[in-house]
Amino acid sequence: MTSNADSPHPFIPNTASERAQMLATIGVDDFDALITDIPEQHRNSSLRLPNAASELEVATRMQALAALNQDAGTRPSFLGAGAYHHFIPSTVGAILQRGEFVTSYTPYQPEAAQGVLQSGFEFQSAVAQIFGMEVANAGMYDGPTAFAEAGLMAARVSRRNRILILDTADKRLFEVAEAYARYQQVEIEAISRESVLNGDVPDDAACIAFQSPNFLGRIEDVKALTDAAHAAGALSVMHTYPTALGMFKSPGEFGVDIATGEGQPLGVPLTFGGAYVGLFTTKQRFIRQLPGRIIGRTTDTLGRTGYTLTLQTREQHIRRERATSNICTSTQLIGLMVAVYCATMGPNGLRKVAELSYHKAHYLANAIDALPGWSVIGGGGTFFNEFAVECPIAPVEVSRRLADRGITGGLPVTIPPDFGGNTRGASEGMLLCVTEMNSRQGIDRLVNALSDIGNGGAA
Amino acid sequence: MSDGVVPNASVADMHDRRLLMDRSVSGRRAIEMPAADVPLAEMPSDDLLRDADDLQLPEVSQLDVIRYFTLLSRLNFSIDTNFYPLGSCTMKYNPKLNDQVASLGGFANIHPLQTDESVQGALEVMFELQQWLGEATALPGVGLAPLAGAQGEYAGLLIARAALEMRGESHRKVALIPDSAHGTNPASAAMAGLDVVTVKTDEFGNVDVEDLRAKADENACVFMLTIPSTLGLFEPNIIEINNIIHDAGGLVYADGANLNALLGLVKLGDLGVDICHSNLHKTFSTPHGGGGPGAGPVMVTEELASFLPEPIVVKSDTTRHSGSTTRHSGESRNPEGPGQSDIPTPSPSQGEIKRGSYHLTRPDNSIGKINGFHGSFSILVRAYTYMQSLGGDGLRAVSENALINANYIQARLRDRFDLAVDRLCMHETVLSGKRQADRGVPALSIAKRLLDYGIHAPTMYFPLIVPEALMVEPTETESKETLDRFVAVMQAIDDEIDSDPDSVNHAPHTLPNTRLDEATAARRPVLRWSSNGD
Repeated sequence: MTSNADSPHPFIPNTASERAQMLATIGVDDFDALITDIPEQHRNSSLRLPNAASELEVATRMQALAALNQDAGTRPSFLGAGAYHHFIPSTVGAILQRGEFVTSYTPYQPEAAQGVLQSGFEFQSAVAQIFGMEVANAGMYDGPTAFAEAGLMAARVSRRNRILILDTADKRLFEVAEAYARYQQVEIEAISRESVLNGDVPDDAACIAFQSPNFLGRIEDVKALTDAAHAAGALSVMHTYPTALGMFKSPGEFGVDIATGEGQPLGVPLTFGGAYVGLFTTKQRFIRQLPGRIIGRTTDTLGRTGYTLTLQTREQHIRRERATSNICTSTQLIGLMVAVYCATMGPNGLRKVAELSYHKAHYLANAIDALPGWSVIGGGGTFFNEFAVECPIAPVEVSRRLADRGITGGLPVTIPPDFGGNTRGASEGMLLCVTEMNSRQGIDRLVNALSDIGNGGAA
Repeated sequence: MSDGVVPNASVADMHDRRLLMDRSVSGRRAIEMPAADVPLAEMPSDDLLRDADDLQLPEVSQLDVIRYFTLLSRLNFSIDTNFYPLGSCTMKYNPKLNDQVASLGGFANIHPLQTDESVQGALEVMFELQQWLGEATALPGVGLAPLAGAQGEYAGLLIARAALEMRGESHRKVALIPDSAHGTNPASAAMAGLDVVTVKTDEFGNVDVEDLRAKADENACVFMLTIPSTLGLFEPNIIEINNIIHDAGGLVYADGANLNALLGLVKLGDLGVDICHSNLHKTFSTPHGGGGPGAGPVMVTEELASFLPEPIVVKSDTTRHSGSTTRHSGESRNPEGPGQSDIPTPSPSQGEIKRGSYHLTRPDNSIGKINGFHGSFSILVRAYTYMQSLGGDGLRAVSENALINANYIQARLRDRFDLAVDRLCMHETVLSGKRQADRGVPALSIAKRLLDYGIHAPTMYFPLIVPEALMVEPTETESKETLDRFVAVMQAIDDEIDSDPDSVNHAPHTLPNTRLDEATAARRPVLRWSSNGD
């Protein structure tokens, strides 16, 4: 039992006698004297919330809520489309236990935050390497917001105001870009691959922005798109899946000007879509137009190496309404997970993850293609680990029947009429994703289930 | 020397600051991936494939990884190791249970595009958090999507613009912002296409009501008020101010960065605020993580709820999919959660609703998607866990003790340091180091000297309107002993200004680095490792 003399809560140490002493030092009779500026009629409005609960009770309730969710760790899952179930080495979780990282503050006092800053420099180094780009910033909120900010940055760099996004990109990328650009005097428009490759790019285009692998998993012709953008005096902006860069050529090799990606596949659990980290890379000559936090190396007064936030004159706390963005987070802790992941995987580990995903996805694609009634769409193009299939019944129904069999199926999607080998007009399909987490046994279970469903097998 | 032999283990550690690539040895590895268990597919053409030696990542052992990042962690201040009297940032204890809960497989391993039926536990967390934040602010429309405070602000401003456009008033393009505001306010307003008009602060630290009245005209879209202000003061004229804005046809946006001062004491919606955001990493104690991730839910009046960003969670009064996919309806769930019996949950029709009926949805007039998925779910889980631990009374105790602690520090330091405004404060006090600057030591040096005593620097030179500002927010989770030690250290530094000002002006002396050359860092940016060392 607690008494009135005790501290009010395990998180709040002041006991009643300490409160009394402190109020006396302040020179007031009681707590109410501290809040007289609050309009009286609205003061002390009670919170209609549950009572405090003990750690044991809260833990029990939260475990029960967690148990209501179907966990990708306990059943085969074939969902991707922007968030990916990849292996996370034990080192990531171990470092994430360090309260010195978890509970530290934004490194405005660099002398007291060298751990955050140096690990952030490792993040920037690893991301720039993976993307084959000259520089990376310290992280954005997530992939789509990084992509949206890339379009805006391209408009600043080119001083043009039309952001053209290839229509094979994820609809989410369009939507977020549109929300970011709504009042910025720039236009967001979709453009087809054919228009770009035919040189049919308006001369006020700030950039050609595209996703590769695209939403339906196909590798775009990055070189051709980039060359076409440059021919029109526009920037090339590429959004990618960083794991794919373990085996595919990097955006930097093709001359892409700004490359973004979702950092989640690099060591971050799915966590229902967040918190993730957006990866943002570009060329050295554009660094003063970058959004977000950037960590730089410097020396201290004794000549020793140290790290600090830099190029801060771009940012909101200095430039206020003239800042390059309002962002003031770098999603540092998620960036740390990425840094530890990259350090652990190394070049060979990252390549192996990419290749395992590639081979397993192709194994599944070949097996599905052989099933009567099912076909992989866009057979001619190259894909990494995601591909769309046409289904003999509605994909939503496929998904439901797979759930009944303990399998999380792919994402029901609309396949555009001109996509790959699809000649039958727009159709419904399922976007399937395979990673190193999918065992052959789990893949075979999916194939058998699809075969059964295709043959009319119900729940 | 970085790799010299030094007969002191901790010193040698701390000074070996080589990057991982400089520790890399070709052929080492920290992990083994399994062999493929499927037949290998044909590889794509060579012109798509990356050269094996193109990817330069560290090649180190697993112990190297752990020892390196553990070393880095020790170069940091953190809440777990240090007091952070960091105004406006609410650096308080981050309960460990919250991290433990967020890492449960049922939360950490769910995909954002799973069907609603398969994530009912996650949706219940989000739904209840919406309800509870709505109750805490008396602003019942709650959108959890924003990924940080600045995104919450941006979402709030998009809502204001959309609502005014729907009224046919798209000409309203002025954001009125006090001169004491945080930099994200004008930056967000600019992103939302608004022209920033600055409103003055009067000599008492309040909004200059006459200045506001003169500027709040037919072009006013929104007034952005931080409450309590960045001076740590509750705006006593808030109702009059809100009336001025509403009479002018604009909306009132409250920056909820300082909500830690208000829980159970007053609700923003009751005061006439239309829109606010809350930084969950401040008030609701989710970890700052060295600069994110955060979460910045946006709360609005019922009237504005249809404009919220996508998605929100709704609870339907029928089980929509009664088919076979609801394999895990509520039976397995503990119905006697903490305090459930006495929750008058703000949900109107509680009790008639079957479990398993939460859905993600897009509000009718939504401003759209402002990020990829549903918000910082791992942060939302932590905040919800925190709110359960505290409960309604506990949250009020949070704010009460935050105010007492701040006023206690103010009372004890006022003889040595000027106050920005000589008034009782809310959850933070803004000191001015003017007297100290006159003696040759600027606020910056006081802040840096605090680091030598193991105390994180206060927020410095902010708000911009206070000369030599040192903004101190102790929070409710610090004990009286810690506050007393802080006071003693501040007094000691004030004494040092007379006895050894040079030492203060060159602080810190005891950290892994002395002051860093930020000018050179910006003039000759080195932003990544490179093989030639520059």
